[in-house]
Amino acid sequence: MSTLDFDAELVKAGAGAHGRLARLRYLVWRNPLGAAGAAIMGLFVFAAVFANVLTSYDPLSTNAALSLAPPSSAHWLGTDPFGRDVYARIIYGARISLAVGIGSTMLGSGFGIVFGLASGYLGGWVDLIVQRVMDILQALPLLVLALVMAAALGPSLQNTIIAISIPLIPYVARVIRSNTLALRELPFVEAAKAVGMSELRIAARHILPNTLAPLIVLATAQLGSTILTEAALSFLGLGVPEPFPSWGRMLSQSAAEYVRTAPWLVIFPGIAISLAVFGTNLLGDALRDILDPRQRS
Amino acid sequence: MGAYLVRRFFLMLLTLFGISVIIFALLRVMPGNIVDILYDAAGYVNPREKAKIEAELGLDKPIVIQYAAWIGGLAHGDLGYSYVSERPALEEIAPRIPITAKLAGLALCFAVVIGVPLGVISAVHQNSSLDYLLRVLSLSGLSMPSFWLGLLILMAFVAYFGAIPIYTAPPKTLWDELLLLSVPAAAVGFRSSALMLRLTRSSMLEVLRQDYIRTARAKGASERSVNYHHALPNAILPVVTVIGIEAAFLMGGLIVTETVFNVPGVARYLVTALTQRDYPIVQNLVMFVATIVVLINFVVDMLYAVLDPRIKYAES
Repeated sequence: MSTLDFDAELVKAGAGAHGRLARLRYLVWRNPLGAAGAAIMGLFVFAAVFANVLTSYDPLSTNAALSLAPPSSAHWLGTDPFGRDVYARIIYGARISLAVGIGSTMLGSGFGIVFGLASGYLGGWVDLIVQRVMDILQALPLLVLALVMAAALGPSLQNTIIAISIPLIPYVARVIRSNTLALRELPFVEAAKAVGMSELRIAARHILPNTLAPLIVLATAQLGSTILTEAALSFLGLGVPEPFPSWGRMLSQSAAEYVRTAPWLVIFPGIAISLAVFGTNLLGDALRDILDPRQRS
Repeated sequence: MGAYLVRRFFLMLLTLFGISVIIFALLRVMPGNIVDILYDAAGYVNPREKAKIEAELGLDKPIVIQYAAWIGGLAHGDLGYSYVSERPALEEIAPRIPITAKLAGLALCFAVVIGVPLGVISAVHQNSSLDYLLRVLSLSGLSMPSFWLGLLILMAFVAYFGAIPIYTAPPKTLWDELLLLSVPAAAVGFRSSALMLRLTRSSMLEVLRQDYIRTARAKGASERSVNYHHALPNAILPVVTVIGIEAAFLMGGLIVTETVFNVPGVARYLVTALTQRDYPIVQNLVMFVATIVVLINFVVDMLYAVLDPRIKYAES
């Protein structure tokens, strides 16, 4: 009897995926929407990084003669009232949106992790105080708090990132805290303490990695939220200031006045925002299905 | 149950107190104050004039004294005076509240009436093409900035009706006002309806997996009875909670939508006052919003306890 090559038979039968590329293909095949989301995000990251390759126009240089030109072969998406190329501003605007989005998500998550871990692991009055502060931060709607913070700090790119990151902290803190509370009762934590590990090391090396899965899901969802909030803040004039090209501010400058005369000013920045957030939502949904199936929707 | 209520009530007060401190401090930290805004047109601020006006408004006193004055006033129903219009803050804020309330109410109605039934349908026909269509639609609804949707609606109105549903003069009858507000309400409510759809769908799916549904089917109940008589009442509970929370978060969407449609409501006033550094208005408005959010959360928690007898609030 010749021996069967089980692996080959199994692969022929369609089971298992060996090698990184094959596993990636399998993931994509099982989560087409998530893959689409990742592709969209990849597109925006590419646009942000290689902006100068994708367009030869300068998003900041004004040219009154070209003001309000409709889309043409020279200016694919038209020009704004100052004569700036809309397509170029959208491409460069990806940098701003992604910078603010990723920056504030990371900043908010960072603080959230610290507070959540401290609150969940240390317990006692630390927990009480942190929980009350989180309550306060969550009592105001996201945009209201971000609005007041942005106004308080003054308009600049860094301040916008800070202003948007603060309302995010309580959400991350709560998720981390509830996971920490569950994890710290487990035997391996007791074992680590028996060996003499310091509290800090236990928290960082043992507890934190196990809370990462829901955190990744939350962070992806929050990325969409932060992009929308930045757009809203810039729309109201309290976000990213001139001369940075911000999709939200492009919409405010074109509000109501140009709705009749220059619809391309309204349509395209909005499509950019919606597409970016759509991508993060798709990706977030897929990540949640993969990492934390209990939260399926 | 009583002890829990009392504890929650005091927590509420503590939270509101914390918010008042934070908002008060933040406003004083802001670059520029009302004097700078007033003199903005002149382009130059005379320091003596500035000091005089600040003394008039009490801005030169220590922060703690100013805070105590504000809180003391609140206890008597005196909200202070607007720096910009010099009328009592209460007079400025009060008439704007009903407008925003109507807008928020309409938006919530829109969200629930559209979102919940569609969510149920989506769950009942899971993985069908209708389900996928609804899921993609709801995801796009969540991805669109509400002010952009508002602008698109304005564009559509201009293109098809030649008229823009912008609030220019107070409408004469309630019906007229509701009609006028229904357009911005749709813009704000669209996002909420997408949330409702997703939540109802996931809640329904969760419930339909339960054993008691299997029992109902085994007992011979029709599919319709299973869905609407057995599953739906149980699936609705988390949705009720979220409706409450959404009512609070609606405020964010209202801020931008009121700006787009020029609705003279409380939300747009917040932005205006913030830009003008009109401290008394901003302070009181933020406290108002926070109070509403906290109250709504409180009511929703209590409602949940009433609707779901399994929830016990016993102190252990």
